[in-house]
Amino acid sequence: MIGLIASIALTSIGALAWGLLLGGVSRMVTARIHGRIGPRLTQNYIDLWKLFRKKSSIHHGTMFWLAPMFRITGGIGVLLLVPLVAGNSLIVNMSFAGDLLLVVYFMFFGCLGMALGAGDSGHPYAVIAVSRGLSQMSSYELSFSAVVLVLAAGLGTLSIREMVAAQQGGILSWNAFRFPFATAAGLITFLPMQMAYPFSIVLAPQEIPIGPPTEYSSRFLSFMFSGRAIFGVAKLVLFVNLFFGGAGSWPGLLVKTFLLYMFPVFVSPVFPRFRTEQSVRFLWFVPTALAAVDLVRVLI
Amino acid sequence: MYCNRIPDRPDERKRIWDRVDDMARANSLWVTAYGTGCGAIELRPLHTSRFDMERFGIAMRPTPRQADVLIISGYLAVKTLKRVIRVYEQMQDPKYIIALGSCTINGGMYFDSYNTLNILDRYLPVDVYVNGCMPRPEAIIDGFSLLMRKIKDGHADGWKHYRENLDFYRENQKSVISDWDLPDYNW
Repeated sequence: MIGLIASIALTSIGALAWGLLLGGVSRMVTARIHGRIGPRLTQNYIDLWKLFRKKSSIHHGTMFWLAPMFRITGGIGVLLLVPLVAGNSLIVNMSFAGDLLLVVYFMFFGCLGMALGAGDSGHPYAVIAVSRGLSQMSSYELSFSAVVLVLAAGLGTLSIREMVAAQQGGILSWNAFRFPFATAAGLITFLPMQMAYPFSIVLAPQEIPIGPPTEYSSRFLSFMFSGRAIFGVAKLVLFVNLFFGGAGSWPGLLVKTFLLYMFPVFVSPVFPRFRTEQSVRFLWFVPTALAAVDLVRVLI
Repeated sequence: MYCNRIPDRPDERKRIWDRVDDMARANSLWVTAYGTGCGAIELRPLHTSRFDMERFGIAMRPTPRQADVLIISGYLAVKTLKRVIRVYEQMQDPKYIIALGSCTINGGMYFDSYNTLNILDRYLPVDVYVNGCMPRPEAIIDGFSLLMRKIKDGHADGWKHYRENLDFYRENQKSVISDWDLPDYNW
């Protein structure tokens, strides 16, 4: 029991540190694309500490207080359900019990809690962002479900651990090569999951200033930042497991998640933002059609 | 919703983590994106690759709830003062004010205007003044570095001064705002 708690704590802290570092790299890369020097690599850690130690005197209701907890719980929940390193006996968490459907449910959990909290704040921009976010989430869940169907039909299992095991034996046995269209669809749905352009309609700077966290400050915001960092790492690990053969070692996991994280970082700065209906329509049709190609191929 | 109770006086002892906090606060200044006067035009270049304020950890926030710094960018009309008070009091402690331009110091070229404030310090606690009409972006960055030094030294305590001398500030604010309808304190 103590081992499990220690393992969960280590995983969460490690994911937080890695997520914040990746965020720092993202800010630096974006600045270089703009032709700026950009912030320090450690800027996200400094921001998080400052927010954590700032005072707060805002109260908008119970859900407003609970939402950052939901967010962070959703992130840690997803992280614990996906296997981090294949065959690792030190950090096992709950990867033995997690199948893909449970993970997909948990991915909704944090976002829904966040939506309720933002709604409780009563700020019009937060409510607009929540309605946008939930519409977009429903649409990319459709295409992501199509991707899950391809993997389940192709590999004959819903267990992530068995999916990772089925991809061992060389790069060509990765799902990215066995199901290239489904992988492309998965990577497209990864962009709205990471709130990257052109799907950044939820936070939407300069439009609905910051979206759901408009009324959040101080410690609440620091918990949200942490939740976002952990959730980001959880999604990276999930995608590495689903499409890129999982990770055989800790350095392998870090390299693969880093490279995958760079995909939205380089796509994001060169696109403008979709309108909500454009985003929903695109996510309904394009990735779903891509996944359908592989589904037909698998079923035939 | 807001709280009417004035917060308790913080413990003044300087502990180790207070120094760590001050370092973090100085290197992560988030600014309320609110231009009160013509000086706001000089803030825009700070985002660009020529001046790039993000390299100092300075970023714009679209909501006062998340901001640490309020910039009074130039002349402040009485009508705007009411909104500025509202914004400043919605910001969470610790918070700082940078005042740009001559207008905030002595009224500048609007010194005899019927609706422009002459001495900003009587209405809100200013931590750093940046002189000029208008100060160039380099001068604003210099003002930011002065604020960072003051925060690191623990001297940027305008927010405490405001809280402890609220009656003085309220009296001055109410003396110029004829249609006062703000709550007594909007923390």
